[in-house]
Amino acid sequence: MRASSRDFKDNARRALGDRNLAAALTILKRDFAGRRSAAVARLPEFEQLRDEGRDIKNHVLTHLDLYLETFERNVMALGGQVHWAADAAEARAQVLAICRAAGAKTVTKGKSMIAEEIGINEHLEENGITPVETDLGEYIIQLRHETPSHLIAPAIHLVKTQVAETFRAAHTQLDAARPLDEPRQLCDEARQLLRPKFLAADVGITGANFLVAETGSSVIVTNEGNGDLTQNLPRVHIVLASLEKIVPTLEDLSTLLRLLARSATGQECSTYTTVSSGPRRPGDSDGPEEYHVVLLDNGRSAMLGTEFQDILRCIRCGACFNHCPVYGAIGGHAYGWVYGGPVGAVLTPQLIGVEEAGNLPNASTFCGRCESVCPMRIPLPKMMRHWREREFERHLQPSLYRAGLKLWAFLARNPPLYRVATEIGAAVLGWSGRSRGRFRALVLARGWTKGRDMPAPEGKTFMALWAERQKQKS
Amino acid sequence: MDESRDRILGHLRRALNREGSRDIAAQTVGERLAAHRPNTIPARAVAGDRDARIGLFQTMAEEAAATIARLASVKEVPAAVADYLAQRNLPSQLVVTPDPQLQPIPWGDRPTIRWREGIANADDLVGLTGAFAGIAETGTLMLISGPESPTRNNFLPDNHIAVLRAEQIVSTYEEGWKRLRSSTQPSQGQFTMPRTVNFVTGPSRTADIELKIELGAHGPRRLHILIIDDATVG
Ligand code: SF4
Repeated sequence: MRASSRDFKDNARRALGDRNLAAALTILKRDFAGRRSAAVARLPEFEQLRDEGRDIKNHVLTHLDLYLETFERNVMALGGQVHWAADAAEARAQVLAICRAAGAKTVTKGKSMIAEEIGINEHLEENGITPVETDLGEYIIQLRHETPSHLIAPAIHLVKTQVAETFRAAHTQLDAARPLDEPRQLCDEARQLLRPKFLAADVGITGANFLVAETGSSVIVTNEGNGDLTQNLPRVHIVLASLEKIVPTLEDLSTLLRLLARSATGQECSTYTTVSSGPRRPGDSDGPEEYHVVLLDNGRSAMLGTEFQDILRCIRCGACFNHCPVYGAIGGHAYGWVYGGPVGAVLTPQLIGVEEAGNLPNASTFCGRCESVCPMRIPLPKMMRHWREREFERHLQPSLYRAGLKLWAFLARNPPLYRVATEIGAAVLGWSGRSRGRFRALVLARGWTKGRDMPAPEGKTFMALWAERQKQKS
Repeated sequence: MDESRDRILGHLRRALNREGSRDIAAQTVGERLAAHRPNTIPARAVAGDRDARIGLFQTMAEEAAATIARLASVKEVPAAVADYLAQRNLPSQLVVTPDPQLQPIPWGDRPTIRWREGIANADDLVGLTGAFAGIAETGTLMLISGPESPTRNNFLPDNHIAVLRAEQIVSTYEEGWKRLRSSTQPSQGQFTMPRTVNFVTGPSRTADIELKIELGAHGPRRLHILIIDDATVG
């Protein structure tokens, strides 16, 4: 997809005015956060599991080459194939080649963020192959030609009346007078219409929540069962996964599963966890005849050994989205590319370049809630700060902003000067704002005062007041 | 694309300073993969005896919207199935996996039930399968694929009835893996993973519209588990 992250400010402003979005996000914040904390409270070992989850992934990342080789060897031993893709274009070409070789006309798809990242749907369509999203949320946004707005709830930005409108517009073969007021009816309609598509598809594409090195397995975690119909019914199964999805053993997988569902939806565990290893075996009466894993790098290997390595521990649970005040106000689309929320703020600059990603690392209030709920203990705010530093080094911010920061840095390194400067500033502000006690607008900070007033200081700096108090005490 | 493979692995090796450290790192990885060391196990999953384990399985499965019937022996399966179908106004017709574990079911006791052995198709409303294990921790069925247990029977029919022996209920996922690893005969050499391992906890669901949970998204609308207490079967 084309990124619009550069326009983050405009996107965000537009999002703030969208009433349906605000209603949808209110539901999200209430339900997800509440369900997560209830699930965590039921598992006294949760904090310990977080430590272990972090350690498992750290171990994998520092041995990633060896684990990937092991994974590949084990996939091949079971008759599967592994395709290494350095970037999105290579991954698209590999998927298309497999589909062509299979003579595919339609392809069903389970939910996959990697599929979004490489833009596989457009590519298949351009080449005469019809992709059909089968996850209910993904199906809805495919009909609307939108992108997912959340890692695990792709259509979370919509309310049910919007979904109903979408279904009426798309499913013209059905009775126009049918009732579509409740999620139940919408859900049944999608089930009824997608069933034949599952059965007719030539290729099924799924993502992978994990890849298990020990057994050469790919793992998907779903609640709907669409991923399973997608990978079981067609003749060919393609797994799209990025390099860092590896875990060493089935035991490590079990630990991460305990973290994933609780953090994501607040479930004890998701309805379906499916561990797939290679194609159909001799004697089997079902299962795909071909099993392919596309391993995507797309900038990840360049993050190893850098200050951004920790984001590669991410298991895409979405907890940081659900607890982020910025995401909670503007939703996922404003971030302008595949990964919104705190994950997008950290990952997008790496994957599409810090120039393209524009303001994303600034989409944070640094409240720290994302890090406090992240099951993998990823220091998201710290990494956003790293990007801001890089942005500054590379002169990507407006010149006035840079000049201000530079001036501040200069003063901060000269305490006597700093004191004098802030004393003058406080005195001026205190004097000019004394009549009303606040400012409706400030020179150089109009953006900030647009939505709020700045209280006028009393005319003295904190340092000066402190010195006075100390004097009084003694 | 071998070129990409080399390039990606080259990147990784350089970033990880693999030159010189490869042997030690390979040994670490080899040992880690062979050890199958469990991490922290939730205490609630392993507390208690067999009855407590079965009880926990039932509680957790019901919490996930599965229904459970406990039967004294496999002989009671036809009656339990007939009741279940009648209560829900479902047709007395089902597809049964050709699982040897299910062979002792005396279907002849209930001639009104029409059953067929084999793979499920799009028209089957009710499917009955065996199971490899039950995981008490989360009330989860562990199902493995094979000639006698096609995976699609777990997903295509609207109603999934699973037969689980009480002995098959283990405490945790880790115990499930242990059972699976030891279920392959040593004579067959190294353990090989089944093509598909399905962990199923309750019926299919979605919360994609306004986060309202609806059962029966694409997989079964209902999951009914028959727990057989008799240890002598199978
Ligand atoms: S950064 Fe952490 S909380 Fe956010 S999606 Fe990834 S694992 Fe979940």
